[in-house]
Amino acid sequence: MTPAISIDGLEVVFDRFRALKGVSLEVKSGESYGLVGESGSGKSTLLKAIAGLVPVKSGTITVNGKTLGARRDKAFYREVQMVFQDPYGSLHPRQTVDRLLQEPLAIHGFADGEKRIQQALDEVGLGNGFRFRYAHQLSGGQRQRVAIARALILEPSMLLLDEPTSALDASVQAEVLNLLEEVRRRRQLTFLMVSHDLAIITHMCERLMVMQNGEAVENLTAGQLIGHRVEKDYTRNLLRASEGFVRTA
Amino acid sequence: MTASDVRPLSRRDWLLSDRPASRMQARLGRAYVAWRRFSANRLAFLGLLIIIALLVVAAFADVLAPYSPTIGDLKNARLLAPSAAHWFGTDDLGRDIYSRILFGSRWTLYVVILVAIIAAPIGLLVGTVAGYAGGWTDAILMRITDIFLAFPKLILALAFVAALGPGIENAVLAIAITSWPPYARIARAETMTVRNSDYIKAVQLMGASPFRIVLRHIMPLCISSLIIRVTLDMAGIILTAAGLGFLGLGAQPPLPEWGTMIASGRRFVLDQWWVAGAPGFAILIVSLGFNLLGDGLRDALDPRSGDQ
Repeated sequence: MTPAISIDGLEVVFDRFRALKGVSLEVKSGESYGLVGESGSGKSTLLKAIAGLVPVKSGTITVNGKTLGARRDKAFYREVQMVFQDPYGSLHPRQTVDRLLQEPLAIHGFADGEKRIQQALDEVGLGNGFRFRYAHQLSGGQRQRVAIARALILEPSMLLLDEPTSALDASVQAEVLNLLEEVRRRRQLTFLMVSHDLAIITHMCERLMVMQNGEAVENLTAGQLIGHRVEKDYTRNLLRASEGFVRTA
Repeated sequence: MTASDVRPLSRRDWLLSDRPASRMQARLGRAYVAWRRFSANRLAFLGLLIIIALLVVAAFADVLAPYSPTIGDLKNARLLAPSAAHWFGTDDLGRDIYSRILFGSRWTLYVVILVAIIAAPIGLLVGTVAGYAGGWTDAILMRITDIFLAFPKLILALAFVAALGPGIENAVLAIAITSWPPYARIARAETMTVRNSDYIKAVQLMGASPFRIVLRHIMPLCISSLIIRVTLDMAGIILTAAGLGFLGLGAQPPLPEWGTMIASGRRFVLDQWWVAGAPGFAILIVSLGFNLLGDGLRDALDPRSGDQ
């Protein structure tokens, strides 16, 4: 079976700063894969490189067997969608939810827009009452649900999740994570999820990669992480740091 | 709360509902919020009233004017002081100044509206494209803008009119050509602040073309600050048109354009002050109206004011 994403020696350079230093990665189809690391470790950059939002210096990205060039075509965006970290910044301030969801349908020329918008809103647990609201009339969790609906409306096979819950408070985090789990199971989606929260990653992902300074530190399974069967010191520190956080909480 | 209060209140609730049931209701609700903020500002409301009065006067000048604006009574009515028969007096050709000012409002509106229609879209397009595209496109478009900005407005307009020939249409063109650069600057600045936002990236990730992103996602965000700026500039446009008219390069006699009227009243300004004074006062009032309206719109439409 071809892997959903396979990345080989990916290098991203901003001006003269090497944000990614030859990272390689393989995500199986239908798998949920986590990227962990501290701020600035390059995990979000990796997602953006796949999405085509940052220019790639060298290395290859292959999605569903197709190697991507510098420009992404429309077909790519029907396969891969992204949910951003900050739900307060990812919804257009002057558009209603309806308009937001209509836009991808209009771009890709779907005819049955009305039905799809209804379906998408139902799927993320927002009824019709939210359809004509503006972003400022929604709470953070509701906004993130809208963002998920927008990502799902094109029926992609893969979602790139850039810390989708880090801007939300704990109870809402759980709701959004459960929602993501649910849609993944129902649609058999591939997830590539970035987080600095090890608990979320172990909960959501089967395998993960630890990153530091734009490099891969090690590849682990969720079980290895839970059982602290890690090899590198950096990962051990990361684990200790996350426990320390739990103790003070 | 009495029963008679219920109906108007429910309509208000319908407009302010936080879960609108249709596209229409959402849009009306937004407009209503902006209107409430606008009408709470008394001075802005006064400005709006002045502009509405200007529109009404322009539309019904035929009915409202007691005399012809172009044909005067040379024998009996030259340079009469303001009186019951001639409210603002008469000019050197025996024409009723009040009637001329009423008809002049049409030309003022003509100039203001045409300049706004020509200049604002050019500025918006240049600014948003430059801001979104960045790189070479940005550099080239903004240097062109800088060149236009480097000339004093009236002098550049004068040069254009001198090249195109005097007349009110050419004055409009000349003013439009000189007034778009500030709009381009504003639109570019607004575009730069939103182009890297996640909601624009989200649209890029849907596979939208740059054209679509600029037109449907960036321009709507620039429009309110542009409307404010254009409204505030309208006073300046009127003054530039009047200035061109005054210099003899704008509207040509016998058109009752206010600037031209001041120019022709200049010779009598010490003894018959009303000839130049009345159109001057009209320009003052209308400019003030546009300025007040613009200030009010700034408060009502400002995208940075929280809950928009």
